Amino acid sequence: MQENCAIELKNIRKTFGFVVANDEINLKINRGEILCLLGENGSGKTTLMNMLSGIYQPDSGEIFKDGEQVAIRSPRDAYGLGIGMIHQHYHLVDVFTAAQNIILGLENEKMDLGAVNDKVKDICDRYGFHVDPKMKVYDMSVSQKQTIEIVKVLYRGAEILILDEPTAVLTPQETDKLFAVLRNMKKDNKAIVLITHKLAEVLDVSDKVAILRKGKYIGTVNTKEATAQSLTDMMVGRAVTLNIDRPVYDNPKDRLEIKGLTVVDNEGINKLTDVSFTARTGEILGVAGIAGSGQKELLEAITGLYPVKSGSIAFLNDDGSRNELVGKTPMQIRQAGVGMGFVPEDRLGMGLVGSMGMTNNMMLRSWRNGRSIFFNKKAPQSLADRVWKDLEVVTPSTEFPVRRMSGGNIQKVLVGREIASSPPVLLTAYAVRGLDINTSYTIYNLLTEQKMNGAAVMYVGEELDVLLQLCDRILVLCGGKVSGIVDARTVTKEQIGLLMTSVEGNTKEAKDE
Amino acid sequence: MSEKSKTPLFRLVKRVKGDMMSPRKALAIRVASVVIALILGSIPIMLTGANPVKAYGVIVVGSLSNAIYLKQTIKIAIPLLVCSLAIAPCFKMKFWNIGAEGQLMFGAICSAFFAINLGGKIPSFFILLIMAIAAALGGAIWGFIPGFFKAKYNTNETLFTLMMNYIAIGMVKWLQGGPWEGRKGTQLVPTFHKSTFLPEVFGVQCGWIIALILVIIVHIYMNYTKHGYEVAVIGDSLNTARYAGMNVGWIMMRTMLLSGALCGIAGFLILAGENHTINSALSGGVGFTAITVSWLSQLNAFVMIGISALLAIISKGSKTLNQRMGVPSSVAEIVSGILLFCMLGCEFFINYKVVFRKKSEKEVAA
Ligand SMILES: Nc1ncnc2c1ncn2[C@@H]1O[C@H](COP(=O)(O)OP(=O)(O)OP(=O)(O)O)[C@@H](O)[C@H]1O
Ligand SMILES: [Mg+2]
Repeated sequence: MQENCAIELKNIRKTFGFVVANDEINLKINRGEILCLLGENGSGKTTLMNMLSGIYQPDSGEIFKDGEQVAIRSPRDAYGLGIGMIHQHYHLVDVFTAAQNIILGLENEKMDLGAVNDKVKDICDRYGFHVDPKMKVYDMSVSQKQTIEIVKVLYRGAEILILDEPTAVLTPQETDKLFAVLRNMKKDNKAIVLITHKLAEVLDVSDKVAILRKGKYIGTVNTKEATAQSLTDMMVGRAVTLNIDRPVYDNPKDRLEIKGLTVVDNEGINKLTDVSFTARTGEILGVAGIAGSGQKELLEAITGLYPVKSGSIAFLNDDGSRNELVGKTPMQIRQAGVGMGFVPEDRLGMGLVGSMGMTNNMMLRSWRNGRSIFFNKKAPQSLADRVWKDLEVVTPSTEFPVRRMSGGNIQKVLVGREIASSPPVLLTAYAVRGLDINTSYTIYNLLTEQKMNGAAVMYVGEELDVLLQLCDRILVLCGGKVSGIVDARTVTKEQIGLLMTSVEGNTKEAKDE
Repeated sequence: MSEKSKTPLFRLVKRVKGDMMSPRKALAIRVASVVIALILGSIPIMLTGANPVKAYGVIVVGSLSNAIYLKQTIKIAIPLLVCSLAIAPCFKMKFWNIGAEGQLMFGAICSAFFAINLGGKIPSFFILLIMAIAAALGGAIWGFIPGFFKAKYNTNETLFTLMMNYIAIGMVKWLQGGPWEGRKGTQLVPTFHKSTFLPEVFGVQCGWIIALILVIIVHIYMNYTKHGYEVAVIGDSLNTARYAGMNVGWIMMRTMLLSGALCGIAGFLILAGENHTINSALSGGVGFTAITVSWLSQLNAFVMIGISALLAIISKGSKTLNQRMGVPSSVAEIVSGILLFCMLGCEFFINYKVVFRKKSEKEVAA
């Protein structure tokens, strides 16, 4: 029992200014086990693990490796102790190949790529990865990049692996593959820590679950004895109900009519081909598809951010008149009186200004209002106060830079702003990615509320279970084409899964040749 | 025992809002950094055989002690301050405009054209107005060009603005030796007509009033206007700016237009306020020093007043030092370099805190 324990944390405390991110945490990480770290957004999971990987140092408390006290001052120290962390954001060099990235920063590895390739291949065979060492990073999908990150830490001899929300960006199939690899590692007597917000995954893959709440350690339970409900209750600290309401809106009208939409990227590759559908008021239209099937381009084309090659996007007014959106800039669309809310996938890179506080971020939508050369700060200020209170955003003040907030709170700020004006069209991309259960349900409820107010909501999502429960209809994209539009109340998960891959198989083969 | 000392002796932690150093403490650190700089700076002074205390005295006395010195110091500070103000919005936008020098020069050329051709022919007020407008337009054009290419073709603005400096300076050299040359062979442009001289207020050219007004304008522009907000958003994330419906290319060009115009005005102030002729040494490098001033003041317009004044004091004081004690002016430059270094460095200690290893736990454990 004792020798199983790879890492022990004792009374770890970490503060950022007056924010107590970790408060007297005690935790054991055992070899041959997968430990899930569970907690709401901002409960301190990432912070805690960053202290193991040498990014932060604890204010107080001790870390033991195999019973011996250690100090981890830098990521290099962490590697020295066999601790490797796969962060949520990858740190790969785009123009390098997989192999080059893997040995990046290792001094004693000369550029003997042959030997590197062999060792990489060895690691891959052992755990069941697929890596092409010669592939350039910019050609890789997110999941491939993640694989490289994992191989990178294994290459450095990591025996304690920490993965921070690795599944947030993976498709269900990719997640299954990752879990198979993790199980192999576990058999190899490695210690694995997995951070995820998806309870199904926790129950599926882990042996033990450690729970944090508001920076405090609540306890560790055996996964066998836990249920989704019991874990949520521990996490939130009170009983919560986990179901999504799906009321029916009385007389839906067509709001957004897309016809034959085709968009092409910089390299001339079709990202969307002949996409046609209609979004209606009082309806949540789900968009399902494997990551990169054109979801991002679809939403950006509608909002005027992505150039359209051909086709039409029409906004249908209540009086029956149409506004053609193709060829308009986002500002022109707004000036034409078309109200659109858009929650983009890349929150800090596109939807928000990281260095500004909530108030100035609220102003992103209203900064232009009025004739004056001065901006009006009153309206955004009161909006910020409202969002802060209504959505229970955790932040010291409305001036606190949003970049410093936890993922969930950042998302609340973004969603809060976008729904504030009750836009007739609301587009959301992965609106609950990285959010804890409780916050996810808050977001679902907000979207449903908008729908019942008569908005046409589009919800690009990745969890099929959620799509099936939340949406009214589901549009399935596959390789940039519409492979089906189905009724979410009657369709099954398997049917959608089939649609998601039906055309994909063909295009993939075509590409290989 | 040695195991235990594995925790580093101290480490650096970035301060966050709410944990900021008290203003009084921050001030103390800034003062301390100046003191340290003065101590370090005394080494090169001593090497020249002079007494550092006396030398510092001369710098202060020689730049502030009487009206004449003070006037000269202020003259140096004015264009420096205006250029620093000009650079601030560009830097806020993460548009690395290091072409203030060239924008100033080209503005001065345009201004000089009217000074030469209209001097004495129309009333002084109009001539000055025309000169100022010409300088602003000239500077604006010089700033707009790299802004345009950045916006349209995504060229590297750092190199572009730098190269534009040399073109402008080259043009002045050519004018000096060619079309505008006074007596043949002098390579000098004759002094302009009296009517092109800026009037004095309290014995100093009225440029100082213009500069102070600009401080307020730039401060308001950057913090309270829609333009300022756009600039700040672009500086943080281009995609967010596009998402918010901003016309990024136009905003870049517009900001460079304004920045160039301000630099041009700095050129006008030098030309009409003190130089009264044009030559390639007109700017004296203020366009480059202004980058440091802008950065040191963290783009805060009011702080720029203090920093430009400080640099002007050193610059003027060191000239006096050279005359009185024979200390080479290069030594004074070294001293001001040390001073800048320490001042930049102390910002680090204000924004980060040093956390020492906790003694008590270790002792108890051992
Ligand atoms: N660099 C930082 N500066 C200031 N505060 C921080 C910093 N990093 C984290 N925090 C704060 O510490 C707390 C814990 O954050 P942490 O990122 O560890 O949460 P988390 O459990 O990983 O949340 P999530 O599930 O959203 O990723 C939050 O309140 C966050 O705002
Ligand atoms: Mg986290």
